[in-house]
Amino acid sequence: MLEYALKGTKKYWGWIFFLSLIIFVGVWFYLKQFSYGLGITGLSRNVTWGFYIAQFTFLVGVAASGVMVVLPYYLHNYKAFGKITILGEFLAIASVIMCMLFVFVDMGQPLRLINVFLYPTPHSLMFWDIMVLSGYLLLNILISHITLEAERKSMPPPKWIRPIIILSIPWAISIHTVTAFLYSGLAARPFWMTAVLAPRFLASAFSSGPALLLIMVFIIRKLTKFDPGDEPIRKMAIIITYAMCANVFFILMEFFTAFYSAIPEHITHFQYLFFGLEGHNTLVPWMWTSALLAIVSLVFLLIPKTRNNNRILFAVCIAIFVSIWIDKGLGMVVTGFIPTPLGDVVDYIPTIPETLISLSIWAIGFFLITVFYKIALSVRRELLT
Amino acid sequence: MNENRRKFLKLTGLAALGAATGKFADVFAKEKLTKISSLNITGKKRTTLVGIDSKKRWAMVIDLKKCLVEEGCTKCIDACHKIHNVPDFENPKDEIKWIWKEPYEQAFLDQENYYQKDNLKDKPVPIFCNHCDNPPCVRVCPTEATWKREDGIVMMDWHRCIGCRYCMAACPYGSRSFNWRDPRPFIKDIDPDFPTRTKGVVEKCTFCDERIAKGQLPACVEACSEKAMVFGDLNDPKSNVRELLKENFSIRRKPELGTNPEIYYLV
Repeated sequence: MLEYALKGTKKYWGWIFFLSLIIFVGVWFYLKQFSYGLGITGLSRNVTWGFYIAQFTFLVGVAASGVMVVLPYYLHNYKAFGKITILGEFLAIASVIMCMLFVFVDMGQPLRLINVFLYPTPHSLMFWDIMVLSGYLLLNILISHITLEAERKSMPPPKWIRPIIILSIPWAISIHTVTAFLYSGLAARPFWMTAVLAPRFLASAFSSGPALLLIMVFIIRKLTKFDPGDEPIRKMAIIITYAMCANVFFILMEFFTAFYSAIPEHITHFQYLFFGLEGHNTLVPWMWTSALLAIVSLVFLLIPKTRNNNRILFAVCIAIFVSIWIDKGLGMVVTGFIPTPLGDVVDYIPTIPETLISLSIWAIGFFLITVFYKIALSVRRELLT
Repeated sequence: MNENRRKFLKLTGLAALGAATGKFADVFAKEKLTKISSLNITGKKRTTLVGIDSKKRWAMVIDLKKCLVEEGCTKCIDACHKIHNVPDFENPKDEIKWIWKEPYEQAFLDQENYYQKDNLKDKPVPIFCNHCDNPPCVRVCPTEATWKREDGIVMMDWHRCIGCRYCMAACPYGSRSFNWRDPRPFIKDIDPDFPTRTKGVVEKCTFCDERIAKGQLPACVEACSEKAMVFGDLNDPKSNVRELLKENFSIRRKPELGTNPEIYYLV
């Protein structure tokens, strides 16, 4: 089916070329990082994880969110999701690949990654995370390939794929749960050590992921003959609304526990995020932007009139995506290290090479999504040319 | 694509998958082997080789009163960093340190004695790896590049470390450093008796395992002219460290986390 990706309009090739350019710039900077070391990033002895691992965490969420279309369609036989389910699965594949690349570029000795497999260490959550992510990738490649192939032949998918699809549902939950466990099991980092982290990760994933999916549905509906109809869009909007309510609720619970208990080591991290600490306030404007976007978009989602307006819904989806990206892709990881276990407040700002390498991995993700969606739409003959 | 070619591709794909699962099973088989051999490493066989005595539990007691006698003293730090080829980057971002001093309030964040006579206030306290009995760094390491020996020393394998820095996130004491860049140009005099590290791996204090194996004291202990640092075996009730801990009030860093740090401070 790959041949479908090799034929396209000028616009398609222009977009592919643009993405390739960004990818090449990133690869060039990665080679620099490879020879100099991770010192090329803004990371330091005190803030040892930053932008890369934060992007990884955010994207595990986007990958897991594929389940929000898979579950209604396959488990509840909700036919209206028929046209967008494959888009959700492809989004999951591209996201998992981005996750793996972000882990790869964060390694000090990337060529030794094989050691994770040579010395399997079940007491490390990172071992489990690599296992569940690889499994999720394989599951989604298999499922999307088999179902799309069946669709191409205008036949129902083979029966044996159904249990595999059902398995992919709890598997999706597992990838983000294990990713949360990477953080929430560390006594050294009170900011992460909260039982609500995994539920919160899932809630933010199930709002930001479907929001991204809707954004792309709106865009390809404009660019192609693809039209999933109004019903799945309305249903997705409701899913995003519920998930966003849960997400905001969980964040407020974190605030309550930290500030009412008044234990300094729990409060200081939130102070750093929202008010700044000892004059360090790099993240403050970002976090307030995130909070504001979350509240405003939630209000628009809760009012049926605005939620059912596609223009407003499109803007709301962007707002939710940005809001949760700031929360998880900027604030969540770094703040675990600030202040340090010794009480120092050390700022972290990603460097230009670090940002460009990250941007290039995002470009790889969009490249894959473009190719995958092109194939899916070609199979369904929904392209304009 | 014609049907035969497709079938052929599918078959070869399946065969490759089969081979891959075979390899996977191999990996698990190997895991058992390495488990056994690592038992050998930490068990009796290796004992005769490099002098790990599983009956011992190494620990250190630091008498802060003695430590503070000489103001601005860095003898322990200098000795350690010199023999272990610890680089000096002169900037906090790339910094690598095995042992260093922090103000008392920061070394012991949970000790708040506001109205005490401030004989300890802002005073520098030497800190380094606590060689925890229940080390979180060892728990999180995905390759067992850091592990606890039977005599309690938390070790590092700089050749297995993949540089994921999970151990640094897990350590509640900030005891670990990462080689953000090639350290070798920043080592003043390279000691040929000890390995230098490469970029992209984590390192920390190893309780001078190389000296203990030869029956010597850790370099910091030996360098301290006030004899403020005392190294010994906790499992021996008559050892120097046990005697000190019996007679004096001691504190440890963040014992509430259950890591069971084995560096004791007399205040």
